[in-house]
Amino acid sequence: MNRIVFDNPLLLAAANGPLATLLLIVGLIIVMLTVVSYLILFERWIAAQIQDRVGPNRAGPFGLLQPVADIVKLFIKEDFTPSHVDRKLYWLGPIWVIAPAIIGMAVLPIGGTVVVAGHAFRLQVASIDVAALFLLMTGSMGVYGLVVGGWASDTKYSVLGALRSASQLISYEVPAGLVVVSIVLVAGSLRLETIAAHQAGLWWGWLPHWLIFTQPLAFLIFIVCILAECNRLPFDLPEAEQELIGGFHTEYSSMKFGLFFLAEFTNAVVASLLTAVLFLGGFGFWGLAGDQPAGVQTQWYFGLARVAVSFGKAGLIILLMMQIRWTLPRFRFDQLAKLAWQVLVPASLLLVFANGIVLWLHAPPWAYLLGNVAVALLVAVGAWLLGGRVTGRQRTLVLAERSHA
Amino acid sequence: MRAAFVIASLESAAGPYPSDWLPVAMLVLIAVVFAVGTLALSAMVGRSRRGPVKDSPYEAGVVPVGDARRRFHVRYYVIAMVFLLFDVEVVLLFPWAVLFNADRSGFLLAEMFVFLAILAVGYVYAWRKGVLRFD
Repeated sequence: MNRIVFDNPLLLAAANGPLATLLLIVGLIIVMLTVVSYLILFERWIAAQIQDRVGPNRAGPFGLLQPVADIVKLFIKEDFTPSHVDRKLYWLGPIWVIAPAIIGMAVLPIGGTVVVAGHAFRLQVASIDVAALFLLMTGSMGVYGLVVGGWASDTKYSVLGALRSASQLISYEVPAGLVVVSIVLVAGSLRLETIAAHQAGLWWGWLPHWLIFTQPLAFLIFIVCILAECNRLPFDLPEAEQELIGGFHTEYSSMKFGLFFLAEFTNAVVASLLTAVLFLGGFGFWGLAGDQPAGVQTQWYFGLARVAVSFGKAGLIILLMMQIRWTLPRFRFDQLAKLAWQVLVPASLLLVFANGIVLWLHAPPWAYLLGNVAVALLVAVGAWLLGGRVTGRQRTLVLAERSHA
Repeated sequence: MRAAFVIASLESAAGPYPSDWLPVAMLVLIAVVFAVGTLALSAMVGRSRRGPVKDSPYEAGVVPVGDARRRFHVRYYVIAMVFLLFDVEVVLLFPWAVLFNADRSGFLLAEMFVFLAILAVGYVYAWRKGVLRFD
């Protein structure tokens, strides 16, 4: 195994050899698929709890074999390709959606570095210097898959769903990108493990230096953006059932549909892991090194604990997403576009300004909090002055009446 | 692994860590193989029965009228153009953010503020033109 350990005051960066990387990738994909399939069960269980139902409890004890049953069912369902579709693009669609979702996992730091049998082993597939940008890239690569699949289906619902999802995803990518910029500004690196390491340490001995405490507005904007990017309610307009049947995947059956579904949940997991890294200190935890000083906590059980912490934090965010799903009604499309372009883009842009100024002043961390609050107030005042209500319905109705008369 | 490090020779102010793109390439390959394999398996396992009605585009039981690839609303197109503008801006902001964190000179800050101000003019124009509205 090729082993290179870079001595660094902050990070023990070890590059894995090809064999170790292969092992890690296969392990990660298996873990991800298991997590994702059980998330679907968990989501159904949450839905049942919120709606005062029992939920899936037939397959296996407590319904625990439900994901297995679902996957088997998806495989043995009829794999139907309608004759009116563009065959090449139709088959390309699901591949193009799931592949970027999986590729996004590459740069996520989930467990730091462990030393097993004298070999340093990094629990992160790839450590690249443009990791944050890489994740934004994989996020927008998936858009092509949706558009290609919807367009190739040649059904009105699919085409409309594809158009909607494309414009929704690109709209929310701008504020998401700007929020990441404002975090990168503070952390000083695009490397996710460095951003996580930046948040190591405690204030007053108990409050971690997580960016959610100094950048609450950035966190809020980012959560809204990942809800939209993952097509989660209240932003699931691409597949609004009442209007568009299944949206872009109307004409897809069997595992071709399954891959779209899988990609959606994989994206949710990757986005939550990214949120955990950006705002919740990644795998850092009380008593668990988030900064990995060389030679400290490299035992395998510490690595395992860090992986558990990463997924635990991501799980909390996913739980939040699921609760939002059953709490808020779906937005209309004009509200969605308005929220992205007229609220989130200016807010996140101002956030970049605010963080830049605080950084320039060499101000202490609480100044970031002050900047966030100032931006939030500015946006609130702006919204009040410009008279932009979130519901534009009444005004639209009046206009429609006038044009008819 | 050497080749991966050569690609990563362009290191930023972030530090002297290597960038490894080889694992990324491996993951890309494995992801595509996984997707294709899943589809192939599903195509082999599932049965297929065809029929003229089943073959037609799904429109909730109504006989479809015309093709689905019609003209669509110009708003989608305009939103895509505004997105391009802003996404290029975001991409330009990333290297600036890393550099500014290391440097913290007022000049860098002022430079980016001028750039953002110019873009803000375009943003206000787009807003006033009604590009950002969908209702």
